[in-house]
Amino acid sequence: MHYAFHFNVVWDHWRELAEGAWLTIELSSLAMVIGLALATVCAYAKATGPAAVRWTIAAYVEVIRNTPFLVQIFIIYFSLPALGISVDANAAALAAMVVNFGAYGTEILRSGIESVAHGQIDAARALGLTRLQTFRHVVLFPALKTVFPALASQFILLMLASSVVSAISAVELTAVTNSLQSTTFRPFEFYFVATGLYLAMALGFRAIFGAIYWSVFMHGQRS
Amino acid sequence: MNRSFGLSEFIYLLAALRWTLLLSLIAFVGGGLVGFVIAILRTTNSRVLRLLTVGYIQLFQGTPVLMQLFLFYYGLAVLYNMQVDAWPAVALAFTLYAGAFLGEIWRGSIQAIPRTQWEASACLSLSYIQQLRFVILPQAMRLSIPPTVGFLVQLVKGTSIAAIIGFVELTRAGQLIVNVTFQPMIVYPIVAALYFAVCWPLSLFSRTLERRIDADLGIKRHL
Repeated sequence: MHYAFHFNVVWDHWRELAEGAWLTIELSSLAMVIGLALATVCAYAKATGPAAVRWTIAAYVEVIRNTPFLVQIFIIYFSLPALGISVDANAAALAAMVVNFGAYGTEILRSGIESVAHGQIDAARALGLTRLQTFRHVVLFPALKTVFPALASQFILLMLASSVVSAISAVELTAVTNSLQSTTFRPFEFYFVATGLYLAMALGFRAIFGAIYWSVFMHGQRS
Repeated sequence: MNRSFGLSEFIYLLAALRWTLLLSLIAFVGGGLVGFVIAILRTTNSRVLRLLTVGYIQLFQGTPVLMQLFLFYYGLAVLYNMQVDAWPAVALAFTLYAGAFLGEIWRGSIQAIPRTQWEASACLSLSYIQQLRFVILPQAMRLSIPPTVGFLVQLVKGTSIAAIIGFVELTRAGQLIVNVTFQPMIVYPIVAALYFAVCWPLSLFSRTLERRIDADLGIKRHL
């Protein structure tokens, strides 16, 4: 091995890398917020809608969960323009991430809603609570508690998977790293540091979500 | 003159699916060996071994697969002072990636076996290896099969990312066909359908096995 590592080149570009990391966080967070709204609608429709709606949503969830994210991106970015729906790379990346998160989120929320024992709902109704009150005071909190960890890890998976959108040259950390390494000819050093940044973001988010979970759901509870 | 998507292009995609499956198989077998060692080490009493294996799992689960691929690809190039073929880098990266996930899944299965099983087999004066071999692993194996099959789906989908560093498997083959036919609206949905044809049966199989084990253990789940 006769290779001299030059990490000082990477250090010279720390500002671009930090901006790239921030773009990744922005893109993932935005995708999660919109994706969660989509998932909520789908989970609700799947629980209460007519058979045709339920089947459509089930098909959506199965198709997304059993095909690669990269191919989903290609379909949105390259195939849809043929139907006259043309979007730029960043919008296509966001759309792909929303569609992807929406499918996994639907499954997670469904399991959360179903985890609330039916007897609890019956009891609340028998006590004269309205449907909305039952949902607000009896169903919502335990359901959120059940799904929170799963949603948190799904968000981290989404953030890590977002590196793949660099393949259609949407701008985020991986794309920034790609362009930096191609002008400096130091691929290993740049990817090494970018990997470290992703790891730091993943661990950081895990810690933040853990703290939120603990303070919201475990507060004052002995378990 | 443009080629259009026809039978020979479809056959080309099918032939490329072979590389997707072969890569998945290599990663699964290699990752299985790594994961087995990781799972065993993580359940030992040695603090150092546990910390090392936790670190390994965190590293591979907390960073994007694409970054792992880049690091192995350029890392091997640095090591051998030349541009290497994509095959060894891709195979090595996916093996270690699979090893981290399988290790974590199997650790969970081993730890799901009640403590009393260890104690009872120790009382029968079985050695540590014998306890694992005859008492713990046969039970843990049964529990581990559904999530392992589930991970296989994730692995097959994940190998699509190898397309980004130019490894020709199904997704890369789809890109190549699009480059000559200019028909992304036909090619990418077919690529997605081929992945679906592989992954969906595996997903269904995993769910069936899970339900069967739940039924045997007397766990009622809403499905």
